[in-house]
Amino acid sequence: MDFLNPGSVTEALELKASVPDAVPIAGGTDVMVELNFDHRRPPALLNLNRIAELHTYSTVDGRVRIGACVPYSRIVTELGSVLPGLAMASRTVGSPQIRNRGSVGGNLGAASPAGDSHPALLATDAVVEIASTRGVRMVPAKDFYVGVKRNVLEPDELITAVHVPPATGPQQFSKVGTRNAMVIAVCAFAIALHPEQQRVGTGIGSAAPTPLRAHEAEEFLAAELPWGSPDGLLDSLNRRFGELVAKAASPIDDVRGTASYRRHALAVMARRTLSWTWSEYRRTAQCA
Amino acid sequence: MTTGGIGESPLRPDGGLKVRGQYAYSSDLWLENMLWGATLRSPHPSARILSVDTSAALAMPGVHTVLTYKDVPGENVYGLKLQDTPVLAEEVVRYQGEPVALVAAEHPETARRAVKAIKVEYEVFEPVLDPELVAHSPDAPQVHPGGNLVRHQRILKGDPDATADVVVSGVYEIGMQDQAFLGPESGLAVPDGDGGGVHLYLATQWLHVDQRQTAKALGLPVEKVKLTMSGVGGAFGGREDLSIQVHACMLALRTGRPVKMSYNRQESFFGHVHRHPAKMYYEHGATAEGDLVYVRARLYFDGGAYASKTPVVVGNGTTLGVGPYNVPNARIEAWGVYTNNPPCGAMRGLGAVQPTYAYESQMDKLAAALGMDPADLRIRNAMSEGSTTVTGQVVDFPAPVAELIQRVKDMPLPEPSGSDILQLPGGAANTTHGEGVVRGVGYGVTIKNISYAEGLDDYSTARVRLEVVDGEPVATVHTAAAEVGQGLITVQQQIARTELGVQQVVLHPCDTDIGDAGSSSASRQTYITGGAVRNACRAVRAKLQELAGSEDVPDIAAVLGDEVIEETREYHHRKTYPLDPETGQGNAHVQYGFSAHRAVVDVDTELGLVKVVQLDCAQDVGKAINPDAVVGQIHGGSAQGLGLAVMEEIQVAEGRIRNPSFTDYLIPTILDMPPMTVDVVERPDPHAPYGVRGVGEPPTISATPAIANAIRAATGLELPRVPIRPEYIIDLTDGGS
Repeated sequence: MDFLNPGSVTEALELKASVPDAVPIAGGTDVMVELNFDHRRPPALLNLNRIAELHTYSTVDGRVRIGACVPYSRIVTELGSVLPGLAMASRTVGSPQIRNRGSVGGNLGAASPAGDSHPALLATDAVVEIASTRGVRMVPAKDFYVGVKRNVLEPDELITAVHVPPATGPQQFSKVGTRNAMVIAVCAFAIALHPEQQRVGTGIGSAAPTPLRAHEAEEFLAAELPWGSPDGLLDSLNRRFGELVAKAASPIDDVRGTASYRRHALAVMARRTLSWTWSEYRRTAQCA
Repeated sequence: MTTGGIGESPLRPDGGLKVRGQYAYSSDLWLENMLWGATLRSPHPSARILSVDTSAALAMPGVHTVLTYKDVPGENVYGLKLQDTPVLAEEVVRYQGEPVALVAAEHPETARRAVKAIKVEYEVFEPVLDPELVAHSPDAPQVHPGGNLVRHQRILKGDPDATADVVVSGVYEIGMQDQAFLGPESGLAVPDGDGGGVHLYLATQWLHVDQRQTAKALGLPVEKVKLTMSGVGGAFGGREDLSIQVHACMLALRTGRPVKMSYNRQESFFGHVHRHPAKMYYEHGATAEGDLVYVRARLYFDGGAYASKTPVVVGNGTTLGVGPYNVPNARIEAWGVYTNNPPCGAMRGLGAVQPTYAYESQMDKLAAALGMDPADLRIRNAMSEGSTTVTGQVVDFPAPVAELIQRVKDMPLPEPSGSDILQLPGGAANTTHGEGVVRGVGYGVTIKNISYAEGLDDYSTARVRLEVVDGEPVATVHTAAAEVGQGLITVQQQIARTELGVQQVVLHPCDTDIGDAGSSSASRQTYITGGAVRNACRAVRAKLQELAGSEDVPDIAAVLGDEVIEETREYHHRKTYPLDPETGQGNAHVQYGFSAHRAVVDVDTELGLVKVVQLDCAQDVGKAINPDAVVGQIHGGSAQGLGLAVMEEIQVAEGRIRNPSFTDYLIPTILDMPPMTVDVVERPDPHAPYGVRGVGEPPTISATPAIANAIRAATGLELPRVPIRPEYIIDLTDGGS
């Protein structure tokens, strides 16, 4: 197995074009597990750790551009106020050691339905920056996942960044696991209020072949939420939202939980996170 | 004046290294010219082996040998209690993961690839899976010739058909827990060349039983097989049965090269036995005032494919089956059977974990039926010194059960949980800010036999040498007792310091050059090996006094001069006796340990998630040789019991393990383990050295039912199975949402 060591994105893209089967590796929190368990024997690893540009974030066109290798721990500590939903999701990833190594770019590359960052990326209208020697293309998160552990990447492409709009309203992320930390999601849910658009974004994890949005639930809230009003939400509205989120999922029974539990838990998380974000929205100046 | 003696808490000599990650475990063993061994395992729970073709594997560059059962030099059968386990499968495989063939190669990767190149044809059978069905179906397919019953035991006391005012019953199930030690099975076998023998360095719980079984399988006299302990990364019972021992030695003797074997995490889940799952039917009868009248119980233990410690599980499960309570009338019956499920054997709390979960669930149910406080009901029925157990044995040492319960009951209760999500159910995953959260309090109390039982001669051996080095007296203690993390090395040093009045105590490497120490199991080593070290020290001390010509030896170095005193002694505990096969009566146990837990939990009743808020424990340890180590054992044991209550389970379907990894076999993290108030009670056992009482197992046992009872108190649910999954707590009858 070759170990390719590019020093720049340009060099990395050239190597990826010439060795399309090379597997990119940054923190190695997914890739090394697959290698150690002999699930995968790629001809080459493409080491992204020497490319400084992939380890930084900046603001581009009003969105936060997070380099593919920026570790979760930095998102938690440095981007929590701008991207609260993604920061909360990042906090639930693995252990401190894993958060120091793992990155959103890796989560997107693996495209596991259980990846913790996906629901938050979906709810916040994030866009994935994908590059190759042929150029750069921008793919919204909602179009990025195409199957179980499959994404839209072509063999010569690399994920170079993810662009996330700064929060314009309250955001929440909630994940069920059977341990109080360091656990793979049984199911997860993210919500983001976009008051300026009078719209709510959602993301569901670990409850379908891919991470997905709950479109009907989003449309329901767009029509029903009393934007600008200081009123609380009716319990019936919260519940209906929960039901629509659960309905959007197509979970399975597996070693981590049953399909019916997952649906139930999604409904509970959806109505709780909605009530938390709405309370925060009411407390802020937005509806004064 | 020496320091670091009995009753103090000197630091562990290996503590700093372990914390810094510098300690050498058995998986770190290395020799320049060593080969790597790997194991081919059965993918089927039950099958006949039609053919094995090793030619492709042998043809691979770097592969030195491929071995099957035909290459086992001695007897291809071993076992701790019954001789039923092949070193390598012959005609049939009886569980998924059973070893079939071995490879030695230059590189571990080559060895793994060669394993995959071995072609085995199987005729696959329907596996035998249901232990209760098996126990009562003599015509079921036989996992072993001779039938599927490993042991049946009945205990009858008083009037087994007694009646009572208030009766409660329940059926309880316990899932398959794993020891989940962090250092997987590993060792290095080095052929001694001209002598035809082998030297095995390894991590184990009992050197001499490994030595005897390995020598027999290798067809060598015992003295040709030397074992030396390497760094042990936890054990908890999972290292009692053989894993790499014979395999590594076979490969080393065949190739004439040192051979290292080291399982990865996934293989480890198939490479050792687990805790017996059980199904238990219980009925308790009591007077209207709350005095127990009778207990009737039937227990089914799934031993899996090989017997391992199943006979002991049945013995402990029945003799301890009513708990630490006075029960005048009883009929307890247990079956331990073979199935094609993963083999089960020793694990911390052997055979007591299962019934304790059941009878402590029953005690809460009975308290509810009587309208009594659950702790008060337990105190009212608690056994004490002078009580007679269900086997007719009179407890002739302190048994402060009521006091332990009262002590945990009197501890302060925690404040209601605040808004910090890390302290709420779901923890870091932000599932509740208080919605749906209900608090509950529960108790769990246990009785566990300490040391070997039912007539086994339980002993250990120690050699102590006293000499002057650089003008200072130095004692060297040599035993074969396994340090598995519990702190025995420190305990041995402490005893020698106190007995000899010598500050410098060196531990000789642990190996088979000294006599048997028995296993680091059954909470017995401080008691038994501690007793042997004491005896050897006292013999040395007597020689020293003889040399000095006086009782008092203020200046040991001056008296000793160039003399070296060396004495070897054994310690045997009081005799125990087998149970009567019909009535189960007999003095089967030498000592009991007792612990009581009180758990406080917050349950998210809408998501079924649990946060154990506080877990307090009172335990009688007789005498704390090393108080810090005692508290450490209670912390660790409680965490393991917490794991069984709410998360730890090897999920088995159709005989196959579904979660052989730490991704999906969850053990508690620091966020799951709450603060503990630990009350170490010392009521010396007059029959034991220094009055000690085994410590390691009881806290594992009583933590589980305390937590289960607390969750019941919070939810009002029956919860007849542990580990309690979120699905058990919430009502999914509406289809989910």
